[in-house]
Amino acid sequence: MQITADYRSGRLVIRLAGELDHHSARAALEEVERLLDDYLPRDAVLDLAGLTFMDSAGIALILRTERHMRRTGGRACVSNPAKQPLRVLDAAGIDRMIPVRGGLRP
Amino acid sequence: MKADNYIKIEFPSRSVNEGFARAAAAAFAAQLDPTMDELGDIKTAVSEAVTNCIVHAYPDSIGRVTLRLRIIDGGTLEISVKDAGRGIADVAKAREPLFTTGGEERSGMGFTIMESFTDSLRVRSAPGRGTTVTMRRAIARRE
Ligand SMILES: Nc1ncnc2c1ncn2[C@@H]1O[C@H](COP(=O)(O)OP(=O)(O)OP(=O)(O)O)[C@@H](O)[C@H]1O
Ligand SMILES: [Mg+2]
Repeated sequence: MQITADYRSGRLVIRLAGELDHHSARAALEEVERLLDDYLPRDAVLDLAGLTFMDSAGIALILRTERHMRRTGGRACVSNPAKQPLRVLDAAGIDRMIPVRGGLRP
Repeated sequence: MKADNYIKIEFPSRSVNEGFARAAAAAFAAQLDPTMDELGDIKTAVSEAVTNCIVHAYPDSIGRVTLRLRIIDGGTLEISVKDAGRGIADVAKAREPLFTTGGEERSGMGFTIMESFTDSLRVRSAPGRGTTVTMRRAIARRE
């Protein structure tokens, strides 16, 4: 999986692309944590537009990011999930814990 | 209940095989002419069950995982994922949302996701002997 980031005035957009499962999760978690520590953003956006597959490993990554941002006094949100990731987010009830913006609702 | 077609795949509990197991299940399911959404659901359910073997059944070793797929009654996919690992002492508790013995890196949502992406989920487990998770998912007939 690939991770890229864009930072502008307090807002860090982290773009995840490829397949996010337990196999790819450890490296993804480390990279996301590193980005959050480097930029210390006020808002962190996890942009899932490029994710072609995600399972509960993605839920753990999202919740970790949300906790990190809350601890440092910022906010996190999820944006643009494609259909399969969105179905996983919905099954886990993730929008009770973190805002989900955009994406294809079936 | 007659099985129309089936496969069995065995592999070691290495995380690189998670993607392989999903792809194999999707390829086998293709003969039922599933929609993209149905394929996504099948891949997700397989990924959760196989990951549980890798993470929980064999926490400190590499063990054997068996993935069985069969088609029953012409239109239902049965997925069974078996390990000979640690087993689950309290299955009802393990199936509760957010329950995890896996710490920070897990969310405890695997069984919940498997349940919502399939029509039925059965878990048979014995501590020290292993676990078998069996799921069924009907694939809608398309004209
Ligand atoms: N094959 C297995 N062998 C042994 N224990 C298992 C197995 N599958 C599940 N468990 C137990 O059941 C618990 C719940 O599993 P579930 O998949 O719902 O959540 P998780 O794996 O802990 O987290 P997540 O799936 O969200 O990453 C696990 O924490 C583990 O204790
Ligand atoms: Mg799990």
